[in-house]
Amino acid sequence: MITPLKRARGLGSAHEGADHFLKQRITGAANAILAAFAVGLIATLAGADLATVKATLAHPLVAAALLALIVSMCVHMRIGMQVIIEDYVHGDGLKVLLLLGNNLFAGAIAAVSIFAVLKLSFGG
Amino acid sequence: MAGVTTGKRARARPLSPHLQIYRPMINMVMSILHRITGAALYVGTLLLAWWLLAAATGPSYFDFVNGLFSTWFGMIVLLGYSWALIHHLLGGVRHFIWDTGAGFDIGTVDLLGWATIVLSVLLTAALWIFIGCQRGWFSAWL
Repeated sequence: MITPLKRARGLGSAHEGADHFLKQRITGAANAILAAFAVGLIATLAGADLATVKATLAHPLVAAALLALIVSMCVHMRIGMQVIIEDYVHGDGLKVLLLLGNNLFAGAIAAVSIFAVLKLSFGG
Repeated sequence: MAGVTTGKRARARPLSPHLQIYRPMINMVMSILHRITGAALYVGTLLLAWWLLAAATGPSYFDFVNGLFSTWFGMIVLLGYSWALIHHLLGGVRHFIWDTGAGFDIGTVDLLGWATIVLSVLLTAALWIFIGCQRGWFSAWL
Protein backbone atom coordinates (compact mmCIF):
# COMPACT_ATOMS: atom_id res chain seq x y z
CA MET A 1 0.00 0.00 0.00
CA ILE A 2 1.34 3.44 -0.90
CA THR A 3 0.62 6.19 1.59
CA PRO A 4 1.62 9.88 1.53
CA LEU A 5 4.40 8.91 3.93
CA LYS A 6 6.39 7.72 0.91
CA ARG A 7 6.60 11.27 -0.40
CA ALA A 8 7.40 12.84 2.94
CA ARG A 9 9.98 10.42 4.26
CA GLY A 10 13.34 12.08 4.76
CA LEU A 11 12.15 15.40 3.41
CA GLY A 12 10.67 17.11 6.48
CA SER A 13 8.18 19.95 6.61
CA ALA A 14 9.96 22.09 4.04
CA HIS A 15 10.18 19.19 1.51
CA GLU A 16 13.87 19.82 1.04
CA GLY A 17 15.24 17.19 3.37
CA ALA A 18 18.84 17.75 4.36
CA ASP A 19 19.51 19.87 1.25
CA HIS A 20 20.34 23.11 3.09
CA PHE A 21 22.18 21.29 5.86
CA LEU A 22 24.51 19.61 3.36
CA LYS A 23 24.93 22.66 1.11
CA GLN A 24 25.83 24.82 4.10
CA ARG A 25 28.56 22.38 5.12
CA ILE A 26 29.97 21.80 1.63
CA THR A 27 30.12 25.54 0.88
CA GLY A 28 31.39 26.19 4.42
CA ALA A 29 34.33 23.83 3.93
CA ALA A 30 35.07 25.37 0.52
CA ASN A 31 34.80 28.87 2.00
CA ALA A 32 37.23 28.05 4.81
CA ILE A 33 39.98 27.12 2.33
CA LEU A 34 39.18 29.69 -0.37
CA ALA A 35 38.59 32.61 2.03
CA ALA A 36 41.90 31.93 3.79
CA PHE A 37 43.56 32.15 0.37
CA ALA A 38 41.62 35.31 -0.56
CA VAL A 39 42.42 37.06 2.72
CA GLY A 40 46.12 36.35 2.20
CA LEU A 41 45.90 37.56 -1.41
CA ILE A 42 44.03 40.76 -0.54
CA ALA A 43 46.37 41.46 2.40
CA THR A 44 49.37 41.32 0.04
CA LEU A 45 47.48 43.52 -2.46
CA ALA A 46 46.47 46.10 0.17
CA GLY A 47 47.37 49.51 -1.22
CA ALA A 48 48.76 48.08 -4.48
CA ASP A 49 48.08 49.92 -7.73
CA LEU A 50 45.68 48.63 -10.38
CA ALA A 51 48.42 47.25 -12.63
CA THR A 52 49.65 44.97 -9.82
CA VAL A 53 46.10 43.81 -9.01
CA LYS A 54 45.47 43.01 -12.69
CA ALA A 55 48.78 41.17 -13.04
CA THR A 56 47.96 39.06 -9.95
CA LEU A 57 44.44 38.23 -11.13
CA ALA A 58 45.76 37.41 -14.60
CA HIS A 59 46.95 34.05 -13.28
CA PRO A 60 44.20 31.54 -14.16
CA LEU A 61 44.40 29.71 -10.83
CA VAL A 62 44.10 32.92 -8.81
CA ALA A 63 41.06 34.01 -10.82
CA ALA A 64 39.52 30.52 -10.63
CA ALA A 65 39.95 30.39 -6.85
CA LEU A 66 38.31 33.82 -6.47
CA LEU A 67 35.41 32.80 -8.74
CA ALA A 68 34.90 29.59 -6.76
CA LEU A 69 34.94 31.59 -3.52
CA ILE A 70 32.36 34.07 -4.82
CA VAL A 71 29.95 31.32 -5.88
CA SER A 72 30.43 29.24 -2.72
CA MET A 73 30.22 32.33 -0.48
CA CYS A 74 27.04 33.63 -2.10
CA VAL A 75 25.28 30.24 -1.82
CA HIS A 76 26.39 29.98 1.84
CA MET A 77 25.27 33.48 2.81
CA ARG A 78 21.97 33.15 0.98
CA ILE A 79 21.08 30.04 3.00
CA GLY A 80 22.36 31.59 6.24
CA MET A 81 20.35 34.79 5.84
CA GLN A 82 17.26 32.76 4.86
CA VAL A 83 17.49 30.95 8.20
CA ILE A 84 17.86 34.25 10.08
CA ILE A 85 14.83 35.72 8.27
CA GLU A 86 12.74 32.61 8.92
CA ASP A 87 13.73 32.69 12.59
CA TYR A 88 12.85 36.32 13.31
CA VAL A 89 10.31 37.51 10.72
CA HIS A 90 6.87 36.00 11.11
CA GLY A 91 4.56 38.23 9.06
CA ASP A 92 3.93 36.44 5.79
CA GLY A 93 4.12 39.49 3.53
CA LEU A 94 7.35 40.89 4.99
CA LYS A 95 8.92 37.45 5.19
CA VAL A 96 8.32 36.69 1.51
CA LEU A 97 9.60 40.15 0.57
CA LEU A 98 12.78 39.70 2.61
CA LEU A 99 13.38 36.18 1.26
CA LEU A 100 13.02 37.56 -2.26
CA GLY A 101 15.38 40.42 -1.44
CA ASN A 102 17.83 37.93 0.04
CA ASN A 103 17.95 36.00 -3.24
CA LEU A 104 18.36 39.19 -5.25
CA PHE A 105 21.16 40.47 -2.99
CA ALA A 106 23.13 37.21 -3.14
CA GLY A 107 22.62 37.04 -6.91
CA ALA A 108 23.65 40.66 -7.43
CA ILE A 109 26.82 40.31 -5.32
CA ALA A 110 27.73 37.17 -7.28
CA ALA A 111 27.03 38.74 -10.68
CA VAL A 112 28.98 41.94 -10.02
CA SER A 113 31.94 40.17 -8.39
CA ILE A 114 32.19 37.42 -11.02
CA PHE A 115 32.07 39.93 -13.88
CA ALA A 116 34.70 42.14 -12.21
CA VAL A 117 37.10 39.21 -11.62
CA LEU A 118 36.67 37.99 -15.21
CA LYS A 119 37.26 41.47 -16.63
CA LEU A 120 40.36 42.00 -14.46
CA SER A 121 41.70 38.55 -15.23
CA PHE A 122 41.26 38.97 -18.98
CA GLY A 123 43.10 42.29 -18.69
CA GLY A 124 40.17 44.62 -19.47
CA MET B 1 -0.94 33.84 21.69
CA ALA B 2 -1.31 36.52 19.06
CA GLY B 3 -4.86 37.58 18.32
CA VAL B 4 -6.52 36.02 21.34
CA THR B 5 -5.30 38.34 24.12
CA THR B 6 -8.02 40.18 25.95
CA GLY B 7 -7.71 43.54 27.68
CA LYS B 8 -7.10 42.15 31.15
CA ARG B 9 -4.58 39.50 32.13
CA ALA B 10 -5.84 37.22 34.86
CA ARG B 11 -2.38 36.66 36.38
CA ALA B 12 1.28 36.61 35.42
CA ARG B 13 1.95 33.52 33.36
CA PRO B 14 5.11 31.52 33.96
CA LEU B 15 7.85 32.13 31.41
CA SER B 16 10.50 29.72 30.29
CA PRO B 17 14.06 30.93 30.77
CA HIS B 18 15.32 33.18 27.96
CA LEU B 19 18.28 35.36 27.01
CA GLN B 20 17.84 37.92 29.80
CA ILE B 21 17.53 35.22 32.45
CA TYR B 22 20.43 32.94 31.60
CA ARG B 23 23.89 33.81 32.89
CA PRO B 24 26.00 34.20 29.72
CA MET B 25 28.08 31.12 29.01
CA ILE B 26 30.95 30.93 26.53
CA ASN B 27 29.15 28.40 24.34
CA MET B 28 26.02 30.53 24.13
CA VAL B 29 27.97 33.75 23.50
CA MET B 30 29.97 32.07 20.69
CA SER B 31 26.75 30.74 19.16
CA ILE B 32 25.23 34.23 19.14
CA LEU B 33 28.48 35.72 17.78
CA HIS B 34 28.51 33.11 15.00
CA ARG B 35 25.13 34.35 13.81
CA ILE B 36 26.02 38.04 14.23
CA THR B 37 29.34 37.67 12.38
CA GLY B 38 27.54 35.70 9.67
CA ALA B 39 25.04 38.52 9.19
CA ALA B 40 27.87 41.09 9.26
CA LEU B 41 29.79 39.15 6.60
CA TYR B 42 26.63 39.15 4.47
CA VAL B 43 26.68 42.95 4.46
CA GLY B 44 30.48 42.93 4.23
CA THR B 45 30.39 41.25 0.81
CA LEU B 46 29.35 44.70 -0.43
CA LEU B 47 32.90 45.87 0.40
CA LEU B 48 34.48 42.99 -1.53
CA ALA B 49 32.16 43.45 -4.52
CA TRP B 50 32.75 47.23 -4.42
CA TRP B 51 36.54 46.79 -4.38
CA LEU B 52 36.43 44.33 -7.30
CA LEU B 53 34.00 46.58 -9.19
CA ALA B 54 36.27 49.59 -8.62
CA ALA B 55 39.28 47.66 -9.94
CA ALA B 56 37.28 46.60 -13.00
CA THR B 57 36.08 50.19 -13.58
CA GLY B 58 39.43 51.95 -13.98
CA PRO B 59 42.54 53.36 -12.27
CA SER B 60 41.05 56.63 -11.01
CA TYR B 61 37.96 55.06 -9.41
CA PHE B 62 40.12 52.24 -8.01
CA ASP B 63 42.43 54.83 -6.38
CA PHE B 64 39.37 56.65 -5.00
CA VAL B 65 37.95 53.47 -3.37
CA ASN B 66 41.39 52.41 -2.11
CA GLY B 67 41.70 55.90 -0.62
CA LEU B 68 38.39 55.48 1.24
CA PHE B 69 39.49 52.07 2.55
CA SER B 70 42.78 53.61 3.76
CA THR B 71 41.10 56.22 5.98
CA TRP B 72 40.90 55.52 9.71
CA PHE B 73 37.18 54.84 9.43
CA GLY B 74 37.71 52.58 6.44
CA MET B 75 40.41 50.59 8.20
CA ILE B 76 38.29 50.18 11.35
CA VAL B 77 35.50 48.77 9.15
CA LEU B 78 37.98 46.44 7.39
CA LEU B 79 39.43 45.39 10.75
CA GLY B 80 35.92 44.44 11.91
CA TYR B 81 35.23 42.69 8.59
CA SER B 82 38.42 40.62 8.84
CA TRP B 83 37.75 39.69 12.49
CA ALA B 84 34.16 38.68 11.64
CA LEU B 85 35.43 36.49 8.80
CA ILE B 86 38.09 34.80 10.94
CA HIS B 87 35.70 34.33 13.86
CA HIS B 88 32.96 32.88 11.64
CA LEU B 89 35.52 30.59 9.94
CA LEU B 90 36.76 29.26 13.29
CA GLY B 91 33.16 28.88 14.50
CA GLY B 92 32.51 26.82 11.37
CA VAL B 93 35.48 24.58 12.15
CA ARG B 94 34.04 24.11 15.67
CA HIS B 95 30.75 23.03 14.11
CA PHE B 96 32.59 20.60 11.81
CA ILE B 97 34.18 19.02 14.88
CA TRP B 98 30.74 18.66 16.46
CA ASP B 99 29.35 17.24 13.18
CA THR B 100 31.62 14.23 13.64
CA GLY B 101 29.95 13.61 17.01
CA ALA B 102 33.07 14.54 18.96
CA GLY B 103 33.63 17.28 21.54
CA PHE B 104 30.21 17.35 23.21
CA ASP B 105 31.35 17.01 26.83
CA ILE B 106 31.16 20.26 28.83
CA GLY B 107 34.94 20.62 29.15
CA THR B 108 35.58 20.34 25.40
CA VAL B 109 32.60 22.58 24.57
CA ASP B 110 34.00 25.31 26.84
CA LEU B 111 37.52 24.81 25.48
CA LEU B 112 36.34 25.08 21.86
CA GLY B 113 34.36 28.22 22.70
CA TRP B 114 37.34 29.94 24.31
CA ALA B 115 39.64 28.72 21.52
CA THR B 116 37.32 30.33 18.95
CA ILE B 117 37.36 33.79 20.51
CA VAL B 118 41.05 33.79 21.52
CA LEU B 119 42.30 32.42 18.17
CA SER B 120 40.07 34.81 16.21
CA VAL B 121 41.59 37.81 18.02
CA LEU B 122 45.16 36.49 17.69
CA LEU B 123 44.81 35.65 13.97
CA THR B 124 43.20 39.05 13.25
CA ALA B 125 46.08 40.77 15.05
CA ALA B 126 48.59 38.68 13.06
CA LEU B 127 46.86 39.60 9.80
CA TRP B 128 46.97 43.33 10.54
CA ILE B 129 50.58 43.18 11.75
CA PHE B 130 51.38 41.53 8.39
CA ILE B 131 49.51 44.30 6.52
CA GLY B 132 51.19 46.94 8.68
CA CYS B 133 54.67 45.53 8.03
CA GLN B 134 53.96 45.47 4.29
CA ARG B 135 52.78 49.06 4.25
CA GLY B 136 55.56 50.32 6.50
CA TRP B 137 53.40 51.44 9.44
CA PHE B 138 55.97 50.26 11.97
CA SER B 139 59.08 51.51 10.16
CA ALA B 140 59.47 54.31 12.70
CA TRP B 141 59.97 51.78 15.52
CA LEU B 142 61.91 49.06 13.72
